[in-house]
Amino acid sequence: MTIDRRSFIQGSAAAGLGLAVPNLFAQNNEPLRLGLLTVKTGPLASGGIDMELGLKQWIAENGNMIGGRKVELTVADTGGVPANTKTKISELNERNKVHVIMGPLAAFEALAVDDYIRDNKIPTLSVAAAEDMTQRKPNPWFVRATSTSSQSAHPMAEYCANIKKYKRMVIAADDIAYGHEMAAGFQRVFEENGGKIVQRLFPPLTVPDYGSYLAQLKNADAIFLGFAGSNGFRFIRQMNEYGLKGKIAIVGGMTALDEAVLKNMGDEALGIETACWYSAELNNPINNKFVPAFRKAQNYDPGFYAAATYVNAAVLDAALKSINGNLSNKDALMAALKKTNVPTARGPVTFDSYGNVVGDVYIRKVERKDGRLVNVVTKTYTNVSQFWKYDPKAFLANPVYSKDWPPAKNLE
Amino acid sequence: MQFWVIQTLNSLALGGLLFMLSSGFALIFGLMRIANLTHGSLFMIGAYVAASVLRGGYSLVVAALVAMVVVGLLGAVIERFILRSLSGNSQGQVLATLGLSFIAADACLMIWGGDPIPINAPEMLRAPLQMFGFTFPTYRLVVLGISMISALLLYLLMERTRLGAMIRAGVDDMQMARAVGIPASQLFTIVFSLGALLAGLGGTVGGPMLNAYPGLDADMLPLALIVVILGGVGSLVGTFVASFIIGFIYTFGIALVPDLAYVILFLPMVLVIAFRPSGLFGSIRA
Repeated sequence: MTIDRRSFIQGSAAAGLGLAVPNLFAQNNEPLRLGLLTVKTGPLASGGIDMELGLKQWIAENGNMIGGRKVELTVADTGGVPANTKTKISELNERNKVHVIMGPLAAFEALAVDDYIRDNKIPTLSVAAAEDMTQRKPNPWFVRATSTSSQSAHPMAEYCANIKKYKRMVIAADDIAYGHEMAAGFQRVFEENGGKIVQRLFPPLTVPDYGSYLAQLKNADAIFLGFAGSNGFRFIRQMNEYGLKGKIAIVGGMTALDEAVLKNMGDEALGIETACWYSAELNNPINNKFVPAFRKAQNYDPGFYAAATYVNAAVLDAALKSINGNLSNKDALMAALKKTNVPTARGPVTFDSYGNVVGDVYIRKVERKDGRLVNVVTKTYTNVSQFWKYDPKAFLANPVYSKDWPPAKNLE
Repeated sequence: MQFWVIQTLNSLALGGLLFMLSSGFALIFGLMRIANLTHGSLFMIGAYVAASVLRGGYSLVVAALVAMVVVGLLGAVIERFILRSLSGNSQGQVLATLGLSFIAADACLMIWGGDPIPINAPEMLRAPLQMFGFTFPTYRLVVLGISMISALLLYLLMERTRLGAMIRAGVDDMQMARAVGIPASQLFTIVFSLGALLAGLGGTVGGPMLNAYPGLDADMLPLALIVVILGGVGSLVGTFVASFIIGFIYTFGIALVPDLAYVILFLPMVLVIAFRPSGLFGSIRA
């Protein structure tokens, strides 16, 4: 390596400065470089754009500071394609040198970058629901303040069995890990509480038409919808078309009737109950500030995805403050994140030792209010863990939720 | 019994929709040998345009007409200004149409946002129909009807008009057609525009079943490819028959063996490519 005179002078000048003003200065003023892995193009863009809006709103409301540090936000669009997610995370890490990552959005994206996060030790606040990332193969650099796939489905199942007194139910869910895990969690708790799942339908994620699934629906008290994105919206509209409205009650998981979808729906959504860790209708001081401001700026209510990053920002803020904004020790940051106990827009958030949230889950019912459809909270399950009421050891001894486990014994 | 009757009607409705989707693709491919990968996007744009017109308070019929005109013009523009300069370069054309489909997807996302937009059937067709003790969605029967009418009109166009004769001549032997004075240049633009227009119509008519949402293009394009490959290149009859075959296979396949939904969808295509590359009714000899 050759060093010419100019770079030598520059180098020694910089070194001199460094000596004169010790590291303390540089460190205290170093901004928090935050990377948001989201989806702004393609079919998942609706949620991904909301993730960016929610995060930016939180940062703007807090004087562009998180944990006492100025925020330098880099937003990366993965397109919802796992291969791109991998490219983008290395870009964020290697070029932008981010300290912390929020996202990605989808479970298959999170699984694609799991190893990269481990190898490069990047503290990550995820939105994706993939169960095993905080269960059987916990990633030490990964915390999730939202919900695993089944975390909101467990209470819904108990609610259906014990309060709604449904005996026979059908499950329809997307044919992806997220749908399988949610369906399995629902089935387990519902059947352990005396109900029977008589039919399970797993239409492919991109099936254009649900007609042939609807035509074979078994006779049941209710149907549980484990759909994401626009699929729940399309399924419900087609149920109407087949005259199933009123013949079978509809309940859903946390993404089946998100606020983002609700704004384009009509009376067909009225009365449908879903379980989620959030609702724009939640009554707490933080949410009462968040929702009107979001609605004013965007003209619609925040849902799952906007709330996810808004909550994540609050969690990161609290954790970083508890270690005086020290970004140099990643282990300390992870430990602080897992120790967080902070009120957020979704209610109080704490974490279990696996890095997954323990928080409230709400049963919500679609009603019309001021001319728009909203998810009114009708019941709260407090401090719901990803393990529900099971002992974590016993829970983890079982295989991860899937189409095959727990086995469906009551199919007709 | 209920199951079989309803699934049969479902298959017919889906087949009808597939015909509207694929006939345009087949026309373009048959005449110009362009695998138009923007076809799914044109279908989606048709659905979005219709959704916008409906939001303006107009009826579905008006929406369909506007969508057909808009998408038809768009097709003409694509053919004239992009594909024309690539004529003879089939790889270039495939790449160009693929690129256009990405641009169209993101343009739709910018204009209409990422959330699904409902397209409502006319009020009187929304309530399910009760027939012989069966409940069946009325609108799907209408879709079947519309597809039959468009198939008939297309057939008359191809078999009974001068334009149809020119198109058929072009499909059979382009060089000879040019030699006898058929204006290939205008013909290409007209056919591409007609194909696009059919996609726009399909998007509108399919709208109340499928709604307009980002990703609709990618959901529909493979179906068009499957139908056209199965039916045979350049054969409208083949496309018609293949649409209904796929409609039946798909509907009964996912109802009876749901775990193999994708296999069942693509299996007929694979078999045809392997054993009868020209398709069921194709005129091209491999």
